[in-house]
Amino acid sequence: MRTEKLTVCATLAATAMILSYIESLIPFFFGIPGMKLGLSNLAVVFALYTYGGKEALTINIVRIVAVAVLFGNVMSLVFSVSGALLSLVLMLLFKRTKAFSVMGVSIVGGVAHNAGQLIAAVFVVKNYKVAFYLPFLIIAGLVTGFIIGIISNEVLKRIKVRQEEDRN
Amino acid sequence: MIMKRNDLILILVILLLGIVSFIVISLRGTRGEMVNIYVDGVQIGSYPLNEDREVLIEGVGGVNTLVIKDGKADITDADCPDRLCVHQAPVDRDSASLVCLPHKVIVTVESYKESEADQIAY
Repeated sequence: MRTEKLTVCATLAATAMILSYIESLIPFFFGIPGMKLGLSNLAVVFALYTYGGKEALTINIVRIVAVAVLFGNVMSLVFSVSGALLSLVLMLLFKRTKAFSVMGVSIVGGVAHNAGQLIAAVFVVKNYKVAFYLPFLIIAGLVTGFIIGIISNEVLKRIKVRQEEDRN
Repeated sequence: MIMKRNDLILILVILLLGIVSFIVISLRGTRGEMVNIYVDGVQIGSYPLNEDREVLIEGVGGVNTLVIKDGKADITDADCPDRLCVHQAPVDRDSASLVCLPHKVIVTVESYKESEADQIAY
């Protein structure tokens, strides 16, 4: 079972990396810094629901470090990490309450990811005025989280079915 | 049904949060008058928004070209890897900023302080 889990987690980390790469190819910002589609959150949400917080965190960290080494720079690493950590912690808390579905958890993740990046930006440029973009980032996170939530819901539904079929 | 009732409430709360913070910022945000340039948290320049000019900003590890034209400030060129600052829309509202994170450059539109504005008015 351990090997199975390790393999699935490694595949998820690889999927998250590919999603990050695809995302970097899609021009998605309407003149707002820090705005992201957050496609890789799909793999993280999946891991969160299939295994748990520890696995989701590991996959996300592997994804961030690998992507930063391959395509990014140190600066992008700082933003990704702060956005991803805040997003994951809040998603975990919201999932724990059991009051929200995948949709709610994914939306919280999207908003928190943008907010985390903005907080990092405030520290990097040492100017709180970057907060001017907060409302746009909140709404953007809501929309992207909503979209990722719909997809996550479908993926979770389908992959669970396939796993059960394999076992039989 | 994908969504629970709580999800809907969550969406409404976040939407409200976004709208309220937008209103708060736009109420404060009248048209700015000065364009201030900061590099690594230190102000290196200040120019009036109503005078057309081009400024070369020496950031940390690179340069950005700032153009002030028709009452709007815009970064038109930069040698940073992502060039997100170049893609940002021109700004003219108070507190609106153009940000180049790799170079730690921030260009902020600001109003005169109230005391200064009063002096000008009198």
